[in-house]
Amino acid sequence: MAYADDVENEELHEPTSFISKYVWSQDHKVIAIQYSTTAILVGLVALVLSGMMRMQIGFPGSIDMDATAYYQAMTMHGMIMVIYLLTAIFLGGFGNYLIPLMVGARDMVFPYVNMLSYWFYLVSVLVLLASFFVPGGPTGAGWTLYPPQAITAGTPGSEWGIILMLVSLIIFIIAATMGGLNYVTTVLQARTHGMTMFRMPLTVWGIFVATILALLAFPALFVSGLMMLLDKTIGTSFFMPDMMQFGSQLDYSGGSPILFQHLFWFFGHPEVYIVALPAFGLVSDLISVHARRSIFGYRMMVWAIVSIGVLSFVVWAHHMYVSGMNPYFGFFFATTTLVIAVPTALKVYNWLLTLWRGNIHLTVPMLFSLAFIVTFLVGGLTGLFLGNVVVDIPLSDTYFVVAHFHMVMGVAPILVVFGSIYHWYPKITGRMLHDGIGKLHFWITFLGTYLIYFPMHYLGFLGMPRRYYAYEDYPFIPDSAQSLNAFITVVAIVVGISQLLFLFNLAYSYFKGAPSGGNPWRATSLEWLTPETPPKHGNWGPSLPVVHRWAYDYGVPGAVLDYVPQTTSAEEVPVHENDHDE
Amino acid sequence: MFALLAKCHDKALALSNRGRIHMTFAVILVAIVIISVLFHFLSPWQATPLASNWGSIDTTITITLVITGIFFVAIVLFMAYCVYKYKAVPGRRSEYRPENKKLEWWLIGITTVAICGLLAPGLIVYNDFVHVPANAVEFEAVGEQWRWSYRLPGKDNTFGRTSVTRIDENNAFGIDPNDAAGQDDILIGGNQIHVLINQPAKALLRSKDVLHDFYVPQFRAKMDLIPGQVTYFWFTPTVLGTFDILCAEYCGIGHYNMRGQVVVDDAVSYQEWLSSQLTFADVISGGTVEGLVEQGQRLASSRGCIACHSIDGSPSLGPGWVDLYGRQETLSDGSMVEVDGPYLIESVVDPAAKIVSGYPPIMVAYELSDEQLNSLVAYIASLSSDPKNSTSIQPSTEE
Amino acid sequence: MLTQTTSVPFAASPGYFDQRSASAKTGLHLLMAAMSSMFFLFLLSYILRSQVSDWEALSEPWQPLAQTGQLWFNTALLVVASISLELARRSIRQPERGHSRELLMLAGLSSIGFLVGQLVFWNFLTTRGFFADSNPANAFFFLLTGLHAVHLVGGLVAWIVATVRLERERREPTEEGLALTRLSVELCATYWHFLLVVWMLLFALLSSSPGTYAAIAKFCGLGD
Repeated sequence: MAYADDVENEELHEPTSFISKYVWSQDHKVIAIQYSTTAILVGLVALVLSGMMRMQIGFPGSIDMDATAYYQAMTMHGMIMVIYLLTAIFLGGFGNYLIPLMVGARDMVFPYVNMLSYWFYLVSVLVLLASFFVPGGPTGAGWTLYPPQAITAGTPGSEWGIILMLVSLIIFIIAATMGGLNYVTTVLQARTHGMTMFRMPLTVWGIFVATILALLAFPALFVSGLMMLLDKTIGTSFFMPDMMQFGSQLDYSGGSPILFQHLFWFFGHPEVYIVALPAFGLVSDLISVHARRSIFGYRMMVWAIVSIGVLSFVVWAHHMYVSGMNPYFGFFFATTTLVIAVPTALKVYNWLLTLWRGNIHLTVPMLFSLAFIVTFLVGGLTGLFLGNVVVDIPLSDTYFVVAHFHMVMGVAPILVVFGSIYHWYPKITGRMLHDGIGKLHFWITFLGTYLIYFPMHYLGFLGMPRRYYAYEDYPFIPDSAQSLNAFITVVAIVVGISQLLFLFNLAYSYFKGAPSGGNPWRATSLEWLTPETPPKHGNWGPSLPVVHRWAYDYGVPGAVLDYVPQTTSAEEVPVHENDHDE
Repeated sequence: MFALLAKCHDKALALSNRGRIHMTFAVILVAIVIISVLFHFLSPWQATPLASNWGSIDTTITITLVITGIFFVAIVLFMAYCVYKYKAVPGRRSEYRPENKKLEWWLIGITTVAICGLLAPGLIVYNDFVHVPANAVEFEAVGEQWRWSYRLPGKDNTFGRTSVTRIDENNAFGIDPNDAAGQDDILIGGNQIHVLINQPAKALLRSKDVLHDFYVPQFRAKMDLIPGQVTYFWFTPTVLGTFDILCAEYCGIGHYNMRGQVVVDDAVSYQEWLSSQLTFADVISGGTVEGLVEQGQRLASSRGCIACHSIDGSPSLGPGWVDLYGRQETLSDGSMVEVDGPYLIESVVDPAAKIVSGYPPIMVAYELSDEQLNSLVAYIASLSSDPKNSTSIQPSTEE
Repeated sequence: MLTQTTSVPFAASPGYFDQRSASAKTGLHLLMAAMSSMFFLFLLSYILRSQVSDWEALSEPWQPLAQTGQLWFNTALLVVASISLELARRSIRQPERGHSRELLMLAGLSSIGFLVGQLVFWNFLTTRGFFADSNPANAFFFLLTGLHAVHLVGGLVAWIVATVRLERERREPTEEGLALTRLSVELCATYWHFLLVVWMLLFALLSSSPGTYAAIAKFCGLGD
């Protein structure tokens, strides 16, 4: 690895005009903000769609939403949240902002490609949103886009919506690949002096491994998306079997719908961890900083991230237990799926053990982090139901699944997103977010989402199938289930509207927030040690920081302060013999 | 100077920790545990009463609930304890102990044991699930958007060969007419299948169009239907009665309305039902002398019309056919139309031309012969109770 | 160990170009890993799909891929491109840059020749009535060769950059220009070797007999 200290040689593309500074910017911090803003805006669209769906489920007929619109909202909500919000904000947003700052680089290694990545992402979002305005509307195929249904007449948006969806995904994959090359290469090649891999904050580890997963898994979505696009547009039969629809034979033959499912989930399961691993990393750092305690079992945490990443490629078919694949696969995939629970559980234990004997400050980021642990715990434990093949059989495609994945990869990562924004906003803007509004936002979001999704599992036990526009005249569903659905809808609407508090806080604090100084949380990692806050172009002024220690020296015995920044050498701070050297 | 700085920080943080937020948070965590556990035992929403042999699946769910429940309670309570006990106090430091390999390995060990406790019973029961008993009786369920039909192998206990490409209005199942094994296959078109109580049944699943899933909540077991492939699962019904079959794999706009019924019979009523069913041979030979109305009825069934147009007055995706003929309907553009022969024919041939208000414009155009169209109109008209309408069909069918 | 001090002398760091070149190589390797994942999954899908009865392998004696002469010719062109880039990579280290200029030109031209050759073969297929939608084997052939060609076109963009840099460096030699040119040529050479390997795999698979597919499918446990 080499170091680029000499600013004279560095191609920093110091921006001069407004356009090159904020629009066609190659600065990772600006690109991060562009990514995050776009992701949050498109996420708001998905949030509104979910509110509409909840109105239909909780109070059928209360809004003018027919089955077509319902299924379109369902599909767009899912796809936007998973891909265009969560993936984009963790990798494109936090990855872009934090990786160079945390490893002590001046920027990403390929700034131009990084800029292109954002613009491709924006185009993919625009193509996606354009599908709301084409004849037939957006696709209503469900976010899994299973053929044959996704491209045949009985599904909403099977004329243009599905084409735009597939094209948008392909563009997104190109964007994610360009960004991903940057993040991984920056971690591998642009770490500053002394920043060994095992001194990196867990945030960087999480995003690093998640990006590798993305580079290897997104091709599966690309492959399946491209083949389905050809099935739709030029009439090939990759996934399309002989079929007869509404009384007429379609001009397809021999294709394998289940092949699509294998490809989709070969992408889809790593995708879960592409979202979860950055969240794991970020939350580890938040907990350590705000509990003022070194993260417990750092090495184990790193190995847990790596082994979860590796295992995530051999569990995909647990989404397909009742898909009609060879039933003997179930034995293998149930076993691998439950094995992955071990490193995941270890991470939960280590977060708790970081709290234990800590010096806990319940700041807003910390509140969100602890809420994450509870939510993720519920989502993880219910995952054990669905991963264990025979238990999955009655529960699959019921509301149990909906509750599970919203807990584990909807709410839990979003809580981390909120916590992280409250944590790093001072670095990004130089001002603190308003504490009172933040706490209000926290309580509504945490308790509200728990009230939404915990009872929802029981609708799944009951056997209520998911993706139903209406539940009329099913004798096995008691009337009380409708009352529960109405309750969930009310809470969901409250939680949805309360997100305006967060948006207001972002805007209000940008102008009126208390000045934060460079390191308001007294944290040790490099991003808090920049010469200016917010960091200027090039991040570090004339010379790169030199790292002397890991990122978790909190409460070091003998040190004067309860934290020792990574740049502090052993000579600068009296440090007693410590007991964790190897 | 450092000491002074540290003091300032402590003061600032003590301020940010003011109030009883640690206490509040810990209490809320404990409350979450208590309420969640109480909810589990007291809520009216529990598993639908079982009606098959798969009580063992329910047992695995219970085992999973117990083990995961213990972890949930222990972890959240421990967190509440930490938040309360280790709240930030000015001047206090956290313990500096970055790792404890022994503790971590212990935790890994306990987790692994718990995981095995979940997995082992699960795999044992799954082994039963994938091994169909030798005495299981087969039936075939065929899914299409958005209804069910069924086939029994008949006296020879063998299903005739099928292919989607052979399906037409005389052969709704696509059975090979040259296959002797198919002649005695019993065909059941009306969404409802009967099975015998306490007799293991193997469901062979086939789809004509897209993915579906055969799901009876009371039976627990379910399996997808895949076009181009035959999938299967088995169950033994243990309770007499009628149960809904739901589609549990999203299959397009009518997914939520794709329902069938399975009737669990005792031996006597099962035989009675079975004896009234037609075989494939009956169907292909018996279709020669039938009236216009019967022809229309068969067409409506084979072309899947009744998936979206109910014939029993229940709500459905498209306008129901009971008492439709002769009625005044409001169209989506606000104008009125009387439902008569020409209007019905237009609605089949060019469905988008006139959409009845309140229904989604999703029907595809059908290419039918004039005779077929007339038979369909005759059939729809026969579903009107008003005798005036029934007589008025004559002019339109003779066009 | 975690808190141990490392003492990297600040001023002695090797500098900017080393980092840039190391980064570019890492980036290219990652890109090739992602592309490998993509082609691997395509090939897996191909094997799976080939086991359905409606598959008419293009390699049957009466089918167009029974005569692979044209494709062998195209392959030879790609081999020439790959070899000349490798030689260019070596010669650019010599004083006076050796024959790097001519070699680079040869590599580009033979790559374009390869693309034209592929187009000619596509044309040959379509005039004989082998369209993408007439059989899945045809569809895979067009899809895979098309994707490979698109990636080669992407490589040609990098090749243009390398050529421009070499010309500029020839006219006004600078240390920086030389380093960048070397880097470009080196990256092109690696990428071309990769594309050559991918093409040979594709070629081997696309022209294999149905028996081979069945054997591979069986070996991978994809029997059904």
